[in-house]
Amino acid sequence: MQRDDKPITKKQFMEELYRYKKGSVSRRHFLGVTGLGMATAVMGAAVPGLRPRPAFAAGDIGDRVVLATWPNYHDPANFEAFTEATGAYVQVNVFGSNEEMLAKLQAGATGWDVFVPTNYTITTYVGEDLIEPLDTSLIPNYDPKAYDSRFSDAGSVDGKLYAVPKDWGTTGFVVNTKHTNGVKVDSWKQFFDMTKNEFSGRTMVHDYQLTTIGNALKYFGYSFNSVDEKELADAEKLLIECKPHLFAISSDYQPSIRNGDAWMSMAWTGDGKQLNNDMPEIAYVLGKEGGEIWSDYYAVPKGAPHRAAGYALINFLLDPQVNAKEVLAHGYPSADAHTNALLPEELLNDPILYPAQELLNALEFGAAVTLTDPNRAELMARFKSA
Amino acid sequence: MTQRTRNLLLLAPAGTWFLVMLIVPLTVVLVFSFGERGASGGYVPAFTLEQYANLPARWAAFKNTLILAPVGTLAALVIAYPLAYYLAVLASPKWKTMLLVLVIVPFWTSILIRSYAWIFLLGGRGIPALLAMIGIEDVRLINTPFAVLVGIVYGYLPLMVFPIFVSLDRLDKRLLEASSDLGATRIRTFLQVTLPLSLPGIATGSLLVFILLMGEYLIPALLGGGKVFFVGNALVDLFLQSRNWAFGSAVAATLVIIMLISVTLYMRLISKLGAQREDVSLM
Repeated sequence: MQRDDKPITKKQFMEELYRYKKGSVSRRHFLGVTGLGMATAVMGAAVPGLRPRPAFAAGDIGDRVVLATWPNYHDPANFEAFTEATGAYVQVNVFGSNEEMLAKLQAGATGWDVFVPTNYTITTYVGEDLIEPLDTSLIPNYDPKAYDSRFSDAGSVDGKLYAVPKDWGTTGFVVNTKHTNGVKVDSWKQFFDMTKNEFSGRTMVHDYQLTTIGNALKYFGYSFNSVDEKELADAEKLLIECKPHLFAISSDYQPSIRNGDAWMSMAWTGDGKQLNNDMPEIAYVLGKEGGEIWSDYYAVPKGAPHRAAGYALINFLLDPQVNAKEVLAHGYPSADAHTNALLPEELLNDPILYPAQELLNALEFGAAVTLTDPNRAELMARFKSA
Repeated sequence: MTQRTRNLLLLAPAGTWFLVMLIVPLTVVLVFSFGERGASGGYVPAFTLEQYANLPARWAAFKNTLILAPVGTLAALVIAYPLAYYLAVLASPKWKTMLLVLVIVPFWTSILIRSYAWIFLLGGRGIPALLAMIGIEDVRLINTPFAVLVGIVYGYLPLMVFPIFVSLDRLDKRLLEASSDLGATRIRTFLQVTLPLSLPGIATGSLLVFILLMGEYLIPALLGGGKVFFVGNALVDLFLQSRNWAFGSAVAATLVIIMLISVTLYMRLISKLGAQREDVSLM
């Protein structure tokens, strides 16, 4: 531990940052050792992405910014750096479903400045007049030309930009290959059939209607987005048959997979990557029948209490240097070419982040109708209370 | 200032509180429960009984709550009574304060954190791993009704211990001596003197725990893994996931009515038992 008065070197800083990210040292230790508390200038020199940017220098953006986002989806060190650079503390609210975000915004007065909606929800937010068209002059780091349009199109509604892309990914499942006896698991059919048999009591499904119902629909080969009554009835029957065999219905599946209580769970790209990094026996599988491909966005709710700080945070996180560190921490691919240029080759070729084309071809983006369809919502609620 | 104005002034804070925090929200819930769900969620004014007609769709949640709340209350009572008895009657004054503090200590940490500790204890690497060491294999505890029961008894035990402790602590020890002098066995003294005199404590403790359990949400969500579903969990889903405020309000109103009925019946039972107590009291 460094106890003299010399400023920390770049190398030491990166080592400490890495230790902190892995969780082997506390935040207090990290801040103390690196001198983050006092030595902004030193740190700015050590990490280019942390240098104060003109957008922040332009004026006082207040002392806080409230971000509503998803679990395991950011690098906490980036938030610390934002606070150092701007004086605004980042308050993070974590959510488990888009429905819950919509419910909070519909009820009004969330206090959020920035939130992270998924592609299929944005037209509903615009229709309900809940989000504002973005002022791109406040987000100079957003370069529309740098994005793969598949993952940025949903941010614009009727030609107006309402949301800028964060990351994209897929919804598949993780399976602990120690328990599969060498059987190749590659379909939703197997996911549900194994749940009812050899994996009884060991499977988790999301507490999220879109993916849980969508993947049950894929079991029968229906569309992930179906709102057809007969098809939904089939999916409900399958889910209710499986319910006694489930370990849990929860979108927070990492802890149970890690400690071995659960052997299989619906999962998103980044969680699959994080689990596979730490436990190579955990495989991330895309069902060959298809499933979901998605893209998340940053958006600003109408009446955001710290609007300037919200824009500053979006701009900060879209800085390719910062964004690259985000990707390294959470393991979700970015659609931004500038960010990808900074990432190591092996990550850009990782089969979890970038699945083979024939697997991707079978996937569907979520459709807006699934968010507001009352039958899907009620089906999920019936399944949970069954 | 007349006596009357003074009384009104003194009651004003509590009265305002009840009006704003109880009467107004309950009225809103009642009005919403006759409405309809909006196209993309929320509430649309209407007058329909459709929401109440749909209540059987949440039968399992009501059933779980109506079984686990009384069972949890009873389990807490069975565990709390001997503890309270020991604290009030048997423990030496020197230890009493110390032991009482120990009962309160868990309240210094949030129930959320303590429930997470139970997730680990009941999970595959906790108690089941210990049982496996002595040859009892493949015990599953977490995400079962049993885990939820353990969680609620653990969480609410102090609320049961304290009222019983207070009633036993105030017990006039001369009554016990009198009972013994008159030839009653210790069991008979307990059943005919101690127990009836601690009835107010039992009633208060049970009521506190039962009412809180009927609205419980957190413990089933954490220790039940989304599979042991209380009315509280159904309500959270209806408001935050399916955004069906109308149906959610109908479920909430029904829960309030069930609670009113069960609490009234319980109070009646207690006052009946209290009336019998007059016969055994020496006073």
